Amino acid sequence: MVGGFRWAAMFPDEVWEHVFSFLPADADRNAAALVCRAWYRIEQRSRWRVFVGNCYAVEPAAAVRRFPEVRAAAIKGKPHFADFNLVPSDWGGGAEAWVEAMAEGWPHLEELRLKRMVVSDDCLELIARCFKNFKVLSLVSCEGFSTAGLAAIAANCRNLRELNLHENEVEDNCLHWMSHFPESFTSLVTLNIACLEGEVNVYVLERLIGRCPNLKTLRLNHSVPIQRLVGLLHRAPQLVDLGTGKFAAQHHPELFSTLESAIAGCKNLKSLSGFWEAGPTYLPAIYSVMDLIEDDGLIAVAASCKLLQELRVFPSDPYGAAQPISLTEHGLVAISAGCPMLHSVLYFCRQMTNSALLTVAKNCPNFTCFRLCIMEPHTPDYITRQPLDAGFSAIVESCKHLRRLSLSGLLTDLVFKSIGASANCLEMLSVAFAGDGDAGLHYILSGCKNLRKLEIRDCPFGDQPLLDNAAKLETMRSLWMSSCSVTLGACRQLARKMPLLNVEVINERKRGLPLELQPDNCPVEKLYIYRTVAGPRSDTPSCVWILR
Amino acid sequence: MEDHDNLKATELTLGLPGTDAIEKPTPAAPNVNKRSKEEECCGFTGSSGRPAAKAQVVGWPPVRSYRMNSFRERKTEKKEEDSTGIYVKVSMDGAPYLRKVDLGVYNSYEDLTEALDAMFKGFSLGKRITQRQAHDLHRVAEGGDESEHAITYEDKDGDWMLVGDVPWEMFVSSCKRLRIMKGCEARGLTSSP
Repeated sequence: MVGGFRWAAMFPDEVWEHVFSFLPADADRNAAALVCRAWYRIEQRSRWRVFVGNCYAVEPAAAVRRFPEVRAAAIKGKPHFADFNLVPSDWGGGAEAWVEAMAEGWPHLEELRLKRMVVSDDCLELIARCFKNFKVLSLVSCEGFSTAGLAAIAANCRNLRELNLHENEVEDNCLHWMSHFPESFTSLVTLNIACLEGEVNVYVLERLIGRCPNLKTLRLNHSVPIQRLVGLLHRAPQLVDLGTGKFAAQHHPELFSTLESAIAGCKNLKSLSGFWEAGPTYLPAIYSVMDLIEDDGLIAVAASCKLLQELRVFPSDPYGAAQPISLTEHGLVAISAGCPMLHSVLYFCRQMTNSALLTVAKNCPNFTCFRLCIMEPHTPDYITRQPLDAGFSAIVESCKHLRRLSLSGLLTDLVFKSIGASANCLEMLSVAFAGDGDAGLHYILSGCKNLRKLEIRDCPFGDQPLLDNAAKLETMRSLWMSSCSVTLGACRQLARKMPLLNVEVINERKRGLPLELQPDNCPVEKLYIYRTVAGPRSDTPSCVWILR
Repeated sequence: MEDHDNLKATELTLGLPGTDAIEKPTPAAPNVNKRSKEEECCGFTGSSGRPAAKAQVVGWPPVRSYRMNSFRERKTEKKEEDSTGIYVKVSMDGAPYLRKVDLGVYNSYEDLTEALDAMFKGFSLGKRITQRQAHDLHRVAEGGDESEHAITYEDKDGDWMLVGDVPWEMFVSSCKRLRIMKGCEARGLTSSP
C-alpha cells in the first residue's frame, strides 16, 4: 500500500487498538497484522487472547514472544481419539513447557484453559506462584495432577473466579484441599468439581459458598449427598448452573419433591446436570441428559422443551444386549420435529433408517453439530438394508452451517462424495468403519474447504489420497488415521514433501526391526499428522516416530 | 498293577457307595453366558452376517471410560439392591440381643413399625408411626406414656434422627441402623436439627 506508514500514523496507536478490538476472529486480526508494520506492532501488543489448537504447532517461547501481552490462553494437547484409548498413554501433551514459558513471558496471565493435556502438580504450583492476578483455571480431560496441586491453587490464587475441572483424572491425595481457600477468599464465580473421585468436606464447601456472593456455577461430585445439597442451595440462591454429580446416589424420585423448595429459592437457575433431573418446567436451554431415557422420554422432551439447543444421549449399556432399551431413530426424529432451536446433537442408538435421517435433515437445517453413533459397526438401514449414505448426505446438504459431523453405520464412498461437495462449513469430521476405498478419503480431502480436523479409524483408505492431497494437510490442524491401509513408504514421502507437517507414526507393537529399517510397504497402525512451525517435538515416547 | 477296576471297587472314599468321584466343574468361559444372552435378547432381526461372538473393539463405541464406569457401577448397585436387600441392625433398649430387618421389604413407616412390633413382642412400642405432620413434632417430647418408645435411626452422616420426619424413600436410603429408645429418654427428642 502506497504511503502505508503515513496513514497509519494518522491516529494514535490506541485508536487502532480500539478498532482492532472489534475484529471478531483471530483470523481477522492476523489479516490486519499483515497490512503494514505499524499495524503488526499495534495488533501484536493488543492481542490479549490466544488459542493454540495443537500444543505442538508452535514453540511456547515463540508464542509468548509473538504476543507479549496475553491475558488469556487456551491450549489443546492430545488428539480427540485419546478419549477412547486409541492414543498411547505416554504419547505426550505435557503442559510443563507451556507453563514454564508462560510464567516467564506472561506474568500477567489471568486465564488458562487446557484440554487433553498432562498437567503435573508442579505445573499447578507454578501457576499458583507466578501469576499474581490469576482468575480462571479450566482443565478439561486432563490428567497427571492431584488434589495437592489444587490445594496450591486454592491457597495462592487470591482472585480466582473460576475453577473448572471437567472430566479429568485427578489423584486424591489431599483430602482437605478446599480448606486451603483462605477465609478472605470471596471471588469464586464458577466451581466445577464433578470429576473428583474423593470425598468433599461439605462443611468447608458450605462456608466457601457462603462467602462467595457471585457464585453462579456449582457442579458437585458424587460424594455430596442430596440431603446436604439443600444447605448448599440455601447459601447460594443466586446460582445459575447446578450439577449434582456424576453418580446416582440412589434411585429415589421422591427426593426431588423435598428439594423443590430449595430449588425454587434459586430463582436464576438455568442449567441442571447430574444424576437426576427436574421436571421439564425447570429445564434450561442447554440440557444434559444423564439418566436412563428412551424414545418415550425423548418424545416428552420434544413436546415440552421448546428451547432445547443441545442434546446428548449416551448408551446405558454400551457392551450389552441390543434390548431392552427402546431408544431408536424415533426418539431422534421426535426431538428434531419438536425442538426448533436444536443445533447440536450427540446420539447413540442401535438402529437407524435413511428415512429418519432425511426427516431430521429437513426439520433441522440449523444443525452446527451432528454426531450419530450407531453402536454396531457397518449397520445398514434396518428396514431397507441399504447403506446410510442417503441419510447422511441429506444432513450435509440441508445443514449448511454444519461444523462438526460424526458418521456411523454402513457407508460407502458415496457419502464422502456428498460431504466433500456440500459440507462447506465443516471443520471436524469423525469417520469409523466406513467407505469402500481410496476414493472416499480423496473426496473429503479434495473438498470440505474449511476442514480443520479429520479423524479416521478402521476404514479402507490408503496411501494415494494422502499423497494426492498433501497440500490440503497443511491447511488443516491435524489428521488422525488408525487401522487403515496406509504404508510407511507413503508417510516417508509425505514427510519429505511437506516440511511444515509432523508426520507421526505410532507403532505400539514393536515387532522386529526399528521403524527406520522397516520397508516401505510396512503397514502403519496409527498415524497422526499435524501442521507445525516448531519442527519435530523432542518429547516423543518410544512408540512414536516422527518421520523426516 | 493291571487290575485297576477291582482296585477301584475296593478303594476307600468318602463318597456314598455307587457314586463316582465328582468331577470338578470347569469354570465357564468368561463370555459364554454373555454371548448366549445376546443371542436370545438381540433385537436385531436379520442383521447382515453379524457374527454371534461380539469381539470388543478397542475404543468402540466411542464413550469415555469414566462414563462406562458409572454405568457399570449403577448396574451393580441396582443388582445389589434387588438381590441382597437393605439390612439394618435394630437394637431395643433393654433387649438382650439385636435384630436385623430388611428395609427394602417394607413400603411405609406403618409396615415397618408393625414388623418391629412383632419382632420385639412383649415390649410396647406405643403409637404406630406414620410420617409426621408438622404439628406432631413435639408429641413424644411433650408427654407421652412412660412405657412409650421412640424409634430412632442413625443416618449417613452419623446423626441420630427420629423416625418419621422424612419421606419413606429418603429414610430407607439414609438409614444405617435403628434404635428403639425407652419413652423417658425419648422425651428429649425433637426432629429439628
